[in-house]
Amino acid sequence: MNGGEALIKALELEGVEVIFGLPGGCILPVYDPIIDSPIRHILVRHEQGAGHMAEGYAHATGRPGVAMVTSGPAATNIVTPLCDAFMDSIPMIVITGQVPVAAIGTDAFQECDTIGITRSVTKHNELVISAQDIPLAVRQAFLLATTGRPGPVLLDIPKDIVDPQNPNSVMEWYWPTDAEVAASLPGYKPTTKGHPRKIKDAAELITEAERPVLYVGGGILKARAAEALLELAELTNIPVVTTLMARGAFPDDHELCLGMPGMHGNYTAVTAMQESDLLVALGSRFDDRVTGRVPAFAPHAKIIHVDIDPAELGKVRRPDVPIVGDARLVIEELVRTLKASGAPDNQADRTAWRSTLSGWQEKYPLSYVQSEPGELLKPQFVLEQLRDLSPENTIVASGVGQHQMWTAQYWKFRHPYTWINSGGLGTMGFSVPAAIGAKVGMPDRMVWAVDGDGCFQMTAQEMVTAATERIPVKIAILNNAYLGMVRQWQEMFYEERYSEVYLSPDLPDYVKWAEAMGCAAFRVESPEEVAPTIEKANAINDRPVVVEFRTDASEKVFPMVPPGQSNSDIVVGPGEEDVVQ
Amino acid sequence: MSPASATSPNGVQAGPKHHLLSVLVENKAGVLARVASLFARRGYNIYSLAVAPTDDERLSRITIVADADSAPLEQVVKQLHKLINVIKISELDPTDSVEQELMLCTVGADVGARTQIIELCGIYGARIVDVGHTDLTISLADVPSRLDDFEDLLVPFGIAMVQRTGRVALPKLDRSS
Repeated sequence: MNGGEALIKALELEGVEVIFGLPGGCILPVYDPIIDSPIRHILVRHEQGAGHMAEGYAHATGRPGVAMVTSGPAATNIVTPLCDAFMDSIPMIVITGQVPVAAIGTDAFQECDTIGITRSVTKHNELVISAQDIPLAVRQAFLLATTGRPGPVLLDIPKDIVDPQNPNSVMEWYWPTDAEVAASLPGYKPTTKGHPRKIKDAAELITEAERPVLYVGGGILKARAAEALLELAELTNIPVVTTLMARGAFPDDHELCLGMPGMHGNYTAVTAMQESDLLVALGSRFDDRVTGRVPAFAPHAKIIHVDIDPAELGKVRRPDVPIVGDARLVIEELVRTLKASGAPDNQADRTAWRSTLSGWQEKYPLSYVQSEPGELLKPQFVLEQLRDLSPENTIVASGVGQHQMWTAQYWKFRHPYTWINSGGLGTMGFSVPAAIGAKVGMPDRMVWAVDGDGCFQMTAQEMVTAATERIPVKIAILNNAYLGMVRQWQEMFYEERYSEVYLSPDLPDYVKWAEAMGCAAFRVESPEEVAPTIEKANAINDRPVVVEFRTDASEKVFPMVPPGQSNSDIVVGPGEEDVVQ
Repeated sequence: MSPASATSPNGVQAGPKHHLLSVLVENKAGVLARVASLFARRGYNIYSLAVAPTDDERLSRITIVADADSAPLEQVVKQLHKLINVIKISELDPTDSVEQELMLCTVGADVGARTQIIELCGIYGARIVDVGHTDLTISLADVPSRLDDFEDLLVPFGIAMVQRTGRVALPKLDRSS
């Protein structure tokens, strides 16, 4: 067998059903056996698209996404998705071609130091220098990407070890056992089970707390812990905030759900954390967008911090009870411990806390002022309509900026794995390819991408991929003709001095552009057109759809905790300033 | 004098911010780069570094002396643990570990100075490993502070070249029982 065949066979044995990629010189030999493989290959138009598609696929399915590209510029083009997946702990395998082993370091055509470049944006990367090592390297990559704290793993594959014309590609097939893979990684032993004494300490703190909040992060989704979380919340009657990465981990329509905290979180979620006496952080990482100014964050709260990554514990805020472990296993153990100690009957009285919270929810709901006839659309209105007219289990992806925050705020997430966005890295252009990857993984579900006009222009060419491969995703562009979030900051913090944020509403013509890329396309300018057009788009299932909504550029995302300030200084939306100030 | 508070002849303070890490890693290409880049990324200088295979040739031990406050160092150590090729990390307390360093030093040694230098070598237990017409190359293995002292004493003779290995260290043996 040759190395190229071994690589594809190894991917098949790992259960890979789809590869997102684009061939080129050094990876060419691996593309030959793909013709004979049951693995579907989706030919992207830019390698960044391949990476984000693999991420979207992983977000939606929980299975690792796989991308394959060639060396040099292809490898550098996929650095952004690698970093994105690293920041958001997405299991992803990236295979890059490399120049032949003997040519490495000679500045050969399309050579770059892929391992060096991607070292700090991968959980692990490996230059495979012998064809014989390929099966083990693939097994290691999948183990590393999917266990512990998930993340991207890159395998750099020199051409000579996969090229049947080259004697270096000869190898004898084998498939390492789990034990052999584990033995080959002596330094890798993620802790999954929480320490029993710490769990007991946590249960005691929870039982006594009068104003507790479950502060839930993306780790809950990675650990498939949504059900366990629901049980914990209902057992203890503790309200839940779901961070940007955890939207959907707890149903928004549950009476204990407070929604999203953070810089653009709702008043109740933000303030509940500020006023709490106990934060139970589950798979969340005290991100600066959640904490605001760290010394002023939740000043009276004790902290229980559960994370599978020991480096997260104490990184930002020192926990009173640190627990290293898999979120699902730890929560399940915590539930058992609480029940054994007498929960729910022994829990502190939280009625006052719950009624304070529902008072805030009533007083400070998310709000916006509807547009007058003849004015541009309010983006929040578009999102409410899109939410209400799409099936309940619709998967929604977003880019980065105002449209992302409005989607996170206004969508009602009822199921885990229905929300896909770039949280940590904040990668503009994420949504189009991520939505495509999600639809490939979940073909029976409706997938909407909510995008901005700025974001759409970064990765729009992947709509050609969607049209060619018959992946019927739907894109809602909130076109306000601006880099909206930057505009918002310039308006609020730079005295309305708008610098390089104007994009034009009709250059490009999004409808013509989308049609040229093989999509159905619509433009919506008035409120009464919104619902009918969404219904039309939802009925199309044979090709991708792009709907451009002309929205009001003056609309800003509220509430907002101004950068560098305390969460107690939250600014709410128009019509409510008087109440809070 | 504890090695951690020694002053080296070039004036760099080995102050209380110095931490001594002993890192057991897989003996593979690129592992040192992974370890070093975790320090570099956070702007921490590595003061000295020594790497060599252990008795098990699949493993290497890296001894790192790093400049960092304790709190950020804790984060670096945790990040080091996350590297797939890192097997074990111990932070060694300088007062509770045995440290050694090797120095090679080429010093001017004309006829007048030669006897004095040989005498100094005798006092410090250094060996002369190469002899030229006007120079000597001297080797000394000892605790880092003794190397500092010896280097200081050689300065007046005119040091042409110095190469130190960086310290290696192991925990002191427990003799309590």
